[in-house]
Parts: sequence; structure tokens; C-alpha cells
Amino acid sequence: MSKRIEVNDLNVYYSKFLAVEGVSLTIEPRTVTALIGPSGCGKSTFLRTLNRMHEVIPGAYVKGEVLIDGNNLYGPGVDPVLVRRQVGMVFQRPNPFPTMSIGDNVLAGVKLNNRRMAKSDADDLIEKSLRGANLWNEVKDRLDKPGSSLSGGQQQRLCIARAIAVQPDVILMDEPCSALDPISTLAIEDLIEEMKADYTIVIVTHNMQQASRVSDRTGFFNIAGTGKPGRLIEYSDTTTIFSNPSIQATEDYVSGRFG
Amino acid sequence: MSTTTVAVPLTNSLTAGKLPRHSGPVVLLVSWLVTAAVFLIVQLSGASTSFNVAGTLFFGTVLYCIAIYLLSFFVEGVRKAKDRLVTALVTAAFVIALLPLISLVATTVISGLPAFLTPTFFTSSQRNVVGPGGGALHAVIGTLLITGLATLISVPIGLLSAIYLTEYGRGRLARAITFFVDVMTGIPSIVAGLFAFALFSLLFNDPGIRFGFGGAIALSVLMIPVVVRSSEEMLKLVPNELREAAYALGVPKWLTILKVVLPTSLAGIVTGIMISISRVIGETAPLLIISGFTASMNYDLFNERMMTLPVFVYTQYANQGTDTQAYLDRAWAGALTLILIVMVLNALARLIAKLFSPKLGR
Ligand SMILES: Nc1ncnc2c1ncn2[C@@H]1O[C@H](COP(=O)(O)OP(=O)(O)OP(=O)(O)O)[C@@H](O)[C@H]1O
Ligand SMILES: [Mg+2]
Repeated sequence: MSKRIEVNDLNVYYSKFLAVEGVSLTIEPRTVTALIGPSGCGKSTFLRTLNRMHEVIPGAYVKGEVLIDGNNLYGPGVDPVLVRRQVGMVFQRPNPFPTMSIGDNVLAGVKLNNRRMAKSDADDLIEKSLRGANLWNEVKDRLDKPGSSLSGGQQQRLCIARAIAVQPDVILMDEPCSALDPISTLAIEDLIEEMKADYTIVIVTHNMQQASRVSDRTGFFNIAGTGKPGRLIEYSDTTTIFSNPSIQATEDYVSGRFG
Repeated sequence: MSTTTVAVPLTNSLTAGKLPRHSGPVVLLVSWLVTAAVFLIVQLSGASTSFNVAGTLFFGTVLYCIAIYLLSFFVEGVRKAKDRLVTALVTAAFVIALLPLISLVATTVISGLPAFLTPTFFTSSQRNVVGPGGGALHAVIGTLLITGLATLISVPIGLLSAIYLTEYGRGRLARAITFFVDVMTGIPSIVAGLFAFALFSLLFNDPGIRFGFGGAIALSVLMIPVVVRSSEEMLKLVPNELREAAYALGVPKWLTILKVVLPTSLAGIVTGIMISISRVIGETAPLLIISGFTASMNYDLFNERMMTLPVFVYTQYANQGTDTQAYLDRAWAGALTLILIVMVLNALARLIAKLFSPKLGR
């Protein structure tokens, strides 16, 4: 299920503005990779290029290549819709669909794509996904209530359930815990730990402890100054980044001396 | 004895002077009574022949504003005093805005009820009627048919344009559409009528053409910009995060629009459509030009003149026969019917908005 991601010399532009420059890295299957760095250095921008979500923003485009199991996302004739079915995404702010119930939110990937599904299969999928997102016990009695009736942390786990219900190979998470309390954060971190068995996960976070707790490898992004492009400064095993980084800027950042 | 008592300060430092409850209404009543007394004296002294109700209410309210401000200023302090003064002013402004509306509805109901309640009003037309009697069925049917068709034409065009503008439109074409929609909002309704008339008289080479369909086209010209504008605003309100959430699930754009964006904004869109219907249902000038007027039933939008309620009101008023009162009564009854139709539509819109609005809360 999970896949290997290979990024070669990727530049991301917003119209004329070069936001991220020259990123090359390889992400192994069944690992968690954390992206850290100061605000505005292009972490979200880079993350969104991994499933072509940046194309939603007018004027955004990339140069370079992203290979998922050898298939170039930016090759000619690639359909971004098919890419996103393989590479799911969880956003910083929980965004369940307000017109749908909790159950329908989990099934959104199926229902919105007009696919039919037998009632029993649908129920199984809902239960499996909600269990996968550690939410089943809290909502199993109110699956027909609106998704917005949950707490923020529950909504975020609902969004994770929604993302894994389409059975992607890769899951991207952009600061998934930044709006959550420590307990929900822990629940999601545990979840990431479990999900690692099946998925390749890339997570953006501002929380160093979180990065060191959940990830196997860590990438540090930085910018030289405002208006300059963001770059991948160092990419290595998480333990190395946090205990023995080879670049001074990384050490300054992880030890809290700037940024 | 070893009971320890917590020292309670004699005066709570958080309290401030406060006027007794209901002092607002009481002061208002007193102000009115005082002014009423003044006007009564004026009347008794022979300076005026009748008691001035409007004057009493107006000066009484002014007196109230001053009195409550001063009272509150001395008892409660300047912040509360200002609050009370502004509350009084805002409430007065609201009442003043409401007065003409209430007066209008009351007049229409009182003048319209006699003819409205005649048994034939909703069962027959004005065919061969010269005195009292007859009905407005032909006009009700005409209004429903023409406005209904106009809605059928405008809603798809308007809604699709709004979707284009919010979801797809970039660059010159979108800006041109926005510009023309803005211009169209300002078109005087008579121009829309003349446009439809010119169009169809040229198309069918008939300088005296009159038919219901033309009226529907004229109304659509007026309605489309309203639908575009209101739907566009509603679609823009849908958070981008929901669109992104759908894209991230691998949902194509058109399905995202159809199944996420539209349902989320449906309540607002429906309300906008209802408002646009209310906007055109009372149009007289364009319908007078292109649909004409008639005293007979006509269910065919594509043939012959077709009566509508506003035009019915107009013709009843403009061509009063010998029994003037019968015509005036029918004019008012027509106006009352129109108001009722608009009210029913609005109630429907609210109901629909309530049924479809995204379920928030628990
Ligand atoms: N939609 C956009 N249009 C133009 N420029 C953008 C857009 N989004 C982001 N940028 C620019 O791209 C650069 C990188 O932004 P990005 O959102 O990727 O930062 P980030 O690392 O995710 O920051 P944060 O930690 O605050 O989320 C910034 O300079 C930002 O101003
Ligand atoms: Mg970000």
C-alpha cells in the first residue's frame, strides 16, 4: 500500500515568486517524515506539491519532478485527481463538510465521487476508518449527527478518518495538531504511530517534541531572508537532526536559539 | 465564641447607581402625557381646531430622549446615559422606518378586502364586466405563469454565471461579465420592456406584438443580474477549506462544486432567488408594453395578450368606469393579492432556507 516518494530538484513558484528552491529528498515507504522550519519557509508549499494541491492556488506551478514509486506526478498527461486519490491530505484546521453527517463525512471520498456502495460495505468502511482514526468509540452512537457537532480534536480525527477511508498510499498532514489540546494531540500522535504500519506519512509541525516523538526522519527548511526562496537545509534521521545535526542553522533552530 | 466572619466591605466597589427597572417605558409614557397635555391646552385655547396626535408622539419622543439622558446621567453616570440615549434614537429610527410599511399594509388590507372577499374574485376574469363583480383570476394566472417562466429562464443562467464567476472565472472574460452584470442591475425596468418588445416585434415582424413569453423575457433581463449577484456572494462565502478538503479526497472540480459548494450555500442561494422573484413580480411597465392587458383568461404564454396583477391594478385604476368605486376596490384587491403572493414566497424561502442550511451545533 504505502509508497516511496522521490523528489528531484523541485522549485515551486507563486506566479513570479520563487517560494521553494531546489528540494531533493527521498521518503521511504512506511515511515513518518517530519518537516520543520520557521514560519514562511515553504513547508506547506512543499507539502502541497506532493499531491498537486498547490494547483488550487491560481498562478502556482512547479519545476522539477516528484516520483511516487517511480511515476512522475508532473509527467505529461497525469491527472491531478488520480494523484490525490493516492496521496491524501489532512489540513491544519479541521474541515468536515458541514452539510454531511459524521458517517457521510467518512464516506465523503466515495459519495462525492458518485460511486455506489452496498449499505453493509459502507458501514464496514465507516467503522474501519473511524477505528483507524481512534474515534469510533466516541461517535459510534451518533453517526447521523452533523460532523460539526464534534469537538475540534474529534473533528480533526474525523478528517483523518475521511482521508484514510479512500485508502491512499501516502498521507500528508499540515500542522494537524496546531488547533488541538495536548490530549487530542497525543491521540493523534499515537494514531500516526499506528498508521505508519500501512501508510507513508509526511507531517509538517512547529512542535519539536512532536517531530522527535513521531518521526523517523526530519527535514529542516529555512529561508535566507524575506523574499528569498525557502530551501531544504538538512534532511536526516530524526535522532541525528535533534542530537547531532551537521549544519549550524539546524542546531540553532532545534535548540530554540532562533526562529 | 469562635465564629470567624469574613470582613465584607460595606459598599461593593463594583456597583454603580442604577435607575429602577421599567424606568425607560415609564419615562416615555410620562413624556407623551406631558406633551399631550401641552397640545390639549393649545387646542382648548383655540389656537388649533383638532388634537395633534403626530405632534404629541414626535415631541413626546424628543422629550423622552432628553429626559432619559439627564435622568440617567445624574443617577447612572455618563456611559449609561449615552447608552440609553443611543438606544432611544436607534429604536425611534426603527419605528420611523417601519411606520410607512405598516400604514401601507393597513391601507391595502382595508381598501382591498371588500373586493378580495367577493366570491368571484378568484374564480372569474373581467370579461364582459362593466360594473362591480368579476374577478382577477386571469391576472393571477398571468402573473404566476410569466413570473414562473422568468424564474425558469433566469435561475439556470444566473446561477451558472455565478458559478463561473466564483469557481472558474479569471481575467478578462470574468471582469467583463461582472461589469455587465453590474450595468444590468441598473437597467430601468421600462427599458427591459422596450428591449423585449423591440426584439420580438423585429423577430416576428409584427409591430403590435403582445404575448406573455415576451413579458417573461423582459422580467428575466431584470432578474438575471440579481440572481447572479446574490448567488455569487453566497458561493464566495463557502470556505475554501471545504473545496480543498474535497480535492484532497480526489474529487474532481465539477463534483466538488455540485456536491460540496452548492449544498453548503443552498439556503442563501434560495433566499436570493426568492428576493429576485419579489423584485420582478410587481413590475408593471415592461409587462404593460410587451404582454399588454386583457379582460379575458389566457393560459397560453405564446399567444395573445396576457394580464398580470400589477397591470390589472393599473388598468382598474386608470380606466375607471361609471361605477368608480367597484374599479378602485378591485385595484386594491389586486394589490393585496400581489402582496400576499410575495409574502407566501418569502415564507417559503425561509422554510427552504431552514430545511437546507448546513446543520451546525449539536
Ligand atoms: N497563495 C499564495 N500566494 C502567494 N504566495 C504565497 C501563497 N501561499 C504562501 N505564499 C508564500 O510562500 C512562502 C511559503 O509559504 P508557506 O505557507 O509554504 O510557509 P510555511 O512554511 O508553511 O509557514 P507556516 O509555518 O507559517 O505555515 C511565503 O513567503 C508565503 O508568503
Ligand atoms: Mg504552513
